[in-house]
Amino acid sequence: MNKERLPRDVLAMRIAKELEDGSYVNLGIGQPTLVANYIPPEKLVIFHSENGVIGVGPMPEPEDEDPDLCNAGGQPVTTIAGACFVSHADSFALVRGRHLDVAVLGGLQVSETGDLANWIRPGRGVGGIGGAADIARGAKRIYVMMEHTTKDGERKIVRRCDYPLTGQGVVHTIFTDLAVIRVTPQGLVLLEVAPGWTPEEVQALTEPHLTVSPDLREIAL
Amino acid sequence: MAGRPVYHNALEAIAGINDGATVMIGGFAARGVPTRLVLALRDRAPKDLTIITNDTSGGWGGRVDCSLLVEARLVRKVIASWPVPASTAVVTPLEQQLRAGEIELEVVPQGTLAERIRAAGAGIGAFYTPTGVGTPFAEGKEVRSIDGQDFLLEYPLSAGFALIRGFRADTLGNLVYRKAARNFNPPMATAARVTIAEVDAVVPAGDLDPEAVVTPGIYVHRLLVPE
Repeated sequence: MNKERLPRDVLAMRIAKELEDGSYVNLGIGQPTLVANYIPPEKLVIFHSENGVIGVGPMPEPEDEDPDLCNAGGQPVTTIAGACFVSHADSFALVRGRHLDVAVLGGLQVSETGDLANWIRPGRGVGGIGGAADIARGAKRIYVMMEHTTKDGERKIVRRCDYPLTGQGVVHTIFTDLAVIRVTPQGLVLLEVAPGWTPEEVQALTEPHLTVSPDLREIAL
Repeated sequence: MAGRPVYHNALEAIAGINDGATVMIGGFAARGVPTRLVLALRDRAPKDLTIITNDTSGGWGGRVDCSLLVEARLVRKVIASWPVPASTAVVTPLEQQLRAGEIELEVVPQGTLAERIRAAGAGIGAFYTPTGVGTPFAEGKEVRSIDGQDFLLEYPLSAGFALIRGFRADTLGNLVYRKAARNFNPPMATAARVTIAEVDAVVPAGDLDPEAVVTPGIYVHRLLVPE
């Protein structure tokens, strides 16, 4: 089977479409930061970075980098008009206090009950949790953005995570390069599949049972 | 007393940080790090330090962070949220020392780290947080169900010294910050017996807008300004 999967940027566009006008959103380190590139100008999404920036703007040209301004991944950023700065204590108060509408986080594994593992691979022995555990537990909705399987073809959507957890029962929707899957109390529901893929093919690469939504659609932008 | 003591020499500013001290150091991804104070601490070279800081992963384009203190083998224990880089391409001094059993590491979720520091400064005995329930961070901690939601009991973190980075101070030690260099500096300023703030300039009392002061001078004991 050598079918085409969605490129990362297309996946980022699909997630960007999901973010509502006026919402406050945290983007995790790594590929979730791509989502910010695909918010149309008529839509205002205010990005929170846990290092105390509310209103993160686009990346600057190198000559415009500010030495005191970065995102949670340490990359130089700009701010939008109306941005503000807070300390880490205040930044995580708003996280735990459930004020963020959405956080888009990367994933190593997601379980059928919405457990998320994304901070350490077993075997390394040491890892950084950063703000992931607070954000996974604190945002109103957690969207996971990840490849459907590992580079070696292992399934990442599993019955039970065997990697150490970041959050228990926290994931709302999984966006992969093959599918959009909602976590519900009745289990995982397949909402959308990548163009050219069938539900059966997606199921074969997913460990837990997927209930196919009666409104199943092809992923569209 | 004319205000808070102002130092030009970083080694003089950190007088009293001795072997076995617990030191909080502000900064996030090498922004808002009190770089002159960190370099002076490395030169003073007290041993067996406990360092409380967000990250010790190093490698932020050659910028100064607390990984330098680990590399210099001054640290007995690190309490941080991001101790190592995400990439495994480089084995950092911290990982080498961990493997050799020469250093102790406590990884704390970033928000819990900030709140434990804030709690210490605010005189709170302990607090319940939802972060980490059902994860390895819950190990050994009391779980309390409140209104149907589970929380973990977390204790405050205080220190003998806090080394922080402000933008400007006034002579009473009131501080303002610059952009994302604020990060852990305000809560750390409140949680140490002696707080030492490295700033770009000290202005006369009254020159900072009282509405804009982030850290009141009551928390700040010494100021370091450029030579």
